[in-house]
Formats: sequence, C-alpha cells, structure tokens
Amino acid sequence: MSALTSMGFLAADVTAPGSGSFDALIPLPVILPLLAAALSVVFARLRNVQRVISVVALLGLVANNILLLTRVDAATGDAIGGIAVSQAGGWVAPLGISLVVDRLAAMMLLVSSLMLVSVLVYAIGQHAEERRFAAFHPVYLVLAAGVSASFITGDLFNLFVAFEMMLVSSYVLLTLGGRAGQVRSGMSYVVISLIASTFFITALALLYSATGTVNMAELAERMPELGSGVRVGFSLLLIAVFGIKAGIFPLFFWLPDSYPTAPNAVTAIFAGLLTKVGVYAIIRTQLLIFPTDAQQGTLLLVVASCTMLVGVLGALSHDDLQRILSFHIISHIGYMIMGLALFTLAGIAGAVFYVIHHIVVKTALFLVAGLVERKAGSDRLSRVGGLVRSAPMIAILFALPALSIAGIPPFSGFVAKFAIVSAGIEAQQWGIVVVSLTVSLLTMYVMGRIWSNVFWGQPEDGEIAARLEPGVTKVPMLMTASTVVVVGLSVALLVFAGPLYDLAERAAADLLNPQVYIDAVLGSHSEAGG
Amino acid sequence: MSVLLAFAAAMLFGTGTWLLLQRRLSRIIIGVGLIGHGSNILLLTSGGGRGLPPIIGSADPTDFADPLPQALALTSIVITFGVTAFLFAVGYRSWKLTNDDIVEDDVEDRYIARRAVDAEVSEGEAAERERAIEEDRV
Repeated sequence: MSALTSMGFLAADVTAPGSGSFDALIPLPVILPLLAAALSVVFARLRNVQRVISVVALLGLVANNILLLTRVDAATGDAIGGIAVSQAGGWVAPLGISLVVDRLAAMMLLVSSLMLVSVLVYAIGQHAEERRFAAFHPVYLVLAAGVSASFITGDLFNLFVAFEMMLVSSYVLLTLGGRAGQVRSGMSYVVISLIASTFFITALALLYSATGTVNMAELAERMPELGSGVRVGFSLLLIAVFGIKAGIFPLFFWLPDSYPTAPNAVTAIFAGLLTKVGVYAIIRTQLLIFPTDAQQGTLLLVVASCTMLVGVLGALSHDDLQRILSFHIISHIGYMIMGLALFTLAGIAGAVFYVIHHIVVKTALFLVAGLVERKAGSDRLSRVGGLVRSAPMIAILFALPALSIAGIPPFSGFVAKFAIVSAGIEAQQWGIVVVSLTVSLLTMYVMGRIWSNVFWGQPEDGEIAARLEPGVTKVPMLMTASTVVVVGLSVALLVFAGPLYDLAERAAADLLNPQVYIDAVLGSHSEAGG
Repeated sequence: MSVLLAFAAAMLFGTGTWLLLQRRLSRIIIGVGLIGHGSNILLLTSGGGRGLPPIIGSADPTDFADPLPQALALTSIVITFGVTAFLFAVGYRSWKLTNDDIVEDDVEDRYIARRAVDAEVSEGEAAERERAIEEDRV
C-alpha cells in the first residue's frame, strides 16, 4: 500500500513541474517571503534596507495572490475547474508534495497577504520591537511563508511543516521583548502549541500506518476503505489537533492568555491570521478527507455553541481592551465552526465569508487597540475615557469595524452572520440559531461597553487625562495610515459583499465536491496507472 | 520488535504526560521532549516492519523498508529539537527574571479572581490588592 510499491514507477514517470506561467505562481506565496527573509538576515544591520525588502516582498505577494485568485476563479466550467495544482520538484502526487490552490485557498492567500503587508507597515510606524530587534523582519517573513504554505499545501505532513514555520516564528515574535509577562505567557503558548504539534505527529503516524499516505487527495480516496470507527477516530483526532490552533471550546484557554502580551502589531496579525489557519485546516480536512459518515456535524455544533458563549462571556468579564478582543476572537471562531458544522452549501459559504470578514475586521480592531494604547498610554477600560473628543480619528476607526463585528446592517458582519444564521434556520438547527443570535446581542453589548468606556466619558486617571490633552501625544502617521487601510478594506467588504458572497458560495461548492480536488491532484497519477 | 517499540512509545508518552503536569518549567520541557520522542517512535513504526535499505537497483523494491516515515520522523525530530532549544532559552530568561522556574498563574486571571473575592472583603483591602496586581502587570 505504501508509496514504496510504486518505486519502479517513481523512476520511470517523472514529469516536468507543470507548464506555463500559471503553475509558476503557485509556489511563490511560500518562496517569495522565504527568499526575502534570507535577504533581510543578510542586511540585519541596515533596518531601512530590511524594511524595503519586507514591504516589497509582501506587496509582490499581494500581486501574486490577486493573479492567482482571478485565474483560479476564472476557470469556471472547466473539467477540473477552479483548482490549480503544482507538483513540487516535478515529483507527481502522491510521491511529491502537491501544492493546491482552489478558490478557498486563493481567497485566504489574498486576504492574509493584504493583512500581512498592512500590519508590517503599522509595525514599522510603531518604532518599537521592529526597530529594536534585527530579527523582527526575517521572522515576520517566515511567518508569512508559513501562513501561505498552510493554505496551499495538499499534503498533511507538509501542513505540519507549514504550521511549525508559522508557530516557531510566532513564538519568537511573541517573546521578542523578553519582558516578564511575555516570557510567562510565551512559555504556556509554546508548550501548548508543542503539545498540539506532537498530537499532529501522532495523528500523522496513525494515518500513515492505516492508509500508507499523507497526501490529502490520496487520503480522501483511501479513507472509505477503513472501518467506520477508525474513520470517526481520525476525524476527531484531527479536529482536536486543529482545534487547539483555532481556539475552539475546550481548547481555547491559551489564547486570551498569550495574545495580549505580544507587541500590538504582532497581536493584530496573530488575531487575524493564526486562529483562522486552524479553522481553515478544520474546514479543509473535514470536507476533503472524510466521507459524510465520519464528519462530526453534531459534535461540531455543540462545540460551536460553547465556543461562542464562552468567548463572549469572557469578553464581558475583562477590563483590558486587548484581552476583551482576544476573548472575542474565540466567540467568532464559534460562528465559523457553526457554518461548517451544518455541512450544507449555505452553511459552508457562510463560514468562508465569515472567515474572510473576520480576518479583516479583527485585525482592524486590534490595530485600533494599539492606537488607543499609544494615544492614552493604557488600554484598560476603567482608566481610559473621552477619546471621542481628544482623538476623533481613532474613534471613527474603531466605530466602523466595531459596528461591523457586532453585526449591524449593512456592514459585512451583518452579511456574514445573516448568511450563517439563515443557513442554520434552513438546516432546522434551532438550538444553535438561538445561541448564535444571543451571542450576537452580547457582542453588541461588548462593543458598546468598549465604546462607552474608552471613547465617551472622562479619563479617570490624571496621568491619562494629561496625555490626552491636545498636542501632548502624537500617534505616528504610518500607524494611523495602515489602520485606515485595514478599516478601509473592512468597509470594502461591505461594498463588495455581493460578489464576495458569490465567490464564497463557489468556493463552498468546490469544497462540497472533493472529487474535483482529488482528480486535480492525482489526475496524472491515475492516468499513468499507478 | 514492533511490540518493543510500541511499549517504548507508550512509556515515553506516559512519563512525558506526568512530567508535563508538574509546576516546574524544566520538568515540563523534559516532558514535552519525551512526548515528542514517543510520537517519533510511533511515526517510525507506522511504516511497517524492517527491510533492506531503500536504494533503487540494490534489491527487489518489495523487500525495502519504507523510507517515508523515516524521512518524516527526521523532519519532526529537527523541529522538536529546535523548539525545545527555544523553550530552554525562554526558561533561562524566566529564571533570570524571577530566579525561579515555577510557572506562575496569569496576572489577569488573578485580577479577575480577586474581583470576585473583593466583593466580600472591605474596600480598603480590595484597593490594596488591586494595586499589588497592577504593579505585577508591567
């Protein structure tokens, strides 16, 4: 069963790695940041050169991902429409590592690269960790490569490697300052992630001994041959592995503990991207690898409800802006899992839309939290106040994404929630519909609480009141500018909600028809008779 | 052979889990390392039994040992090694900052927990405690 038996075939049938410029675009989201990371190590002493390298590389990434998305999406109606495959090094699947870009992956790539470049500019403007440590740029670029690699890989072991790239750089970014709080929460973050990684390895070992492959498309083909109990076991194991990364209900506790201690810009990128990579992996593996009877619909619905409730209640009980927002991430992961757990076209399309919306809006909120902290010198609700007068710009920048995330029409958050809740009603899952509507009300309360404490009223602290006097503290231009860009993107989500939802629906249709993906990856292989 | 390896993996997982539950960071790190070894052994056994070195042309391919799990295990050993080294560095930093390697409770968690207790104690005492935590926060 193993790859070994096809060894003779291996020597005989090595095809060139695709043809045309299209295939060349696929590995670029990983290669480009890695090359740039290497370059920026060379220029470790010249911070400005590093800055240029990183910004240019990430802008190149954005351009590349726009091209990828348009080409993948334009391929509608094709036999293997909407999926681009590149076999790394020219080794055909399942021997080589397949890189696969379908609509979902292309969307995630584009949104994540937009966030990566905006947050980098913000970090440069902040003049904090980015200025003090030569390691910031290389590590940040490796993080970018890891995130991109997780989206495009078609191989489960390669997904592990991509996760590790992403996580190891996140460990470094989290503890970069070396302050006591960072070291303490960094330790628990590293230990938890390391345990998740060993679980992942364990799951891979068991999967390999049961099926003889780690290629996702081939796994999907061989999964039906296993006993149903074994299939369910694997399904649960992978949910647990990715659930730790995504921060779903019983596995979320590390998240609000570690994220807020990182530098603001780093927290923003963690909040926007890292948990969503976990959600992406859950969506991908559940829909691709497992046949319908091993998909954990009911379990995921229960988990989703608990995730939503616990997240929002945690957000209610805290006083620290970054902490509130961190707990709030968890609550919203619940909505994404709910969309997936319905296992219907509408539900999955809603989940995809929600992921995209949440990446942008959450990053925007964290960037604004950074602005508040820079302006007022604190981000505790009980101490800050009156920002609507002293910093009206920050107030506007907060209000737009906050209204969106609270699900006020016509913002993108409303579209996302509406899509998921109506999918829930369609599937007649009344329990979760009630929970999600309640949580959405509580979300509005959380955002209102932040607004009335931070932006209205008076600062209770004399020190902060002095900082907020006109002209005392200035927020650097670049920080405000990049926040404006991200908030602008979140408003663009509202303007283009229609086309974006259609795109999400096409992506969901692809996901629900895994045979297309399998054929796209293994096509040449099965023709060769392997 | 396989039974022995399975037993070894089980031992490593068990000991590692016990060490993970300790309060001292040094033990936690060793525990994580042991669990990592356990999963690597599991990965090695997933390729089936022993066989000949898998060099094309040296023998009949059906007699070869499966090289893929070995490659995977090698990758994961390297990654675990790197991360463990990083954890030790963080642990050293923590020891330098606090002269101790006991993992502390989160300050913010203590803050929330105290707020619940404060509801029952006198106001002066509550303010006193809050100030102490506030100092820890930085």
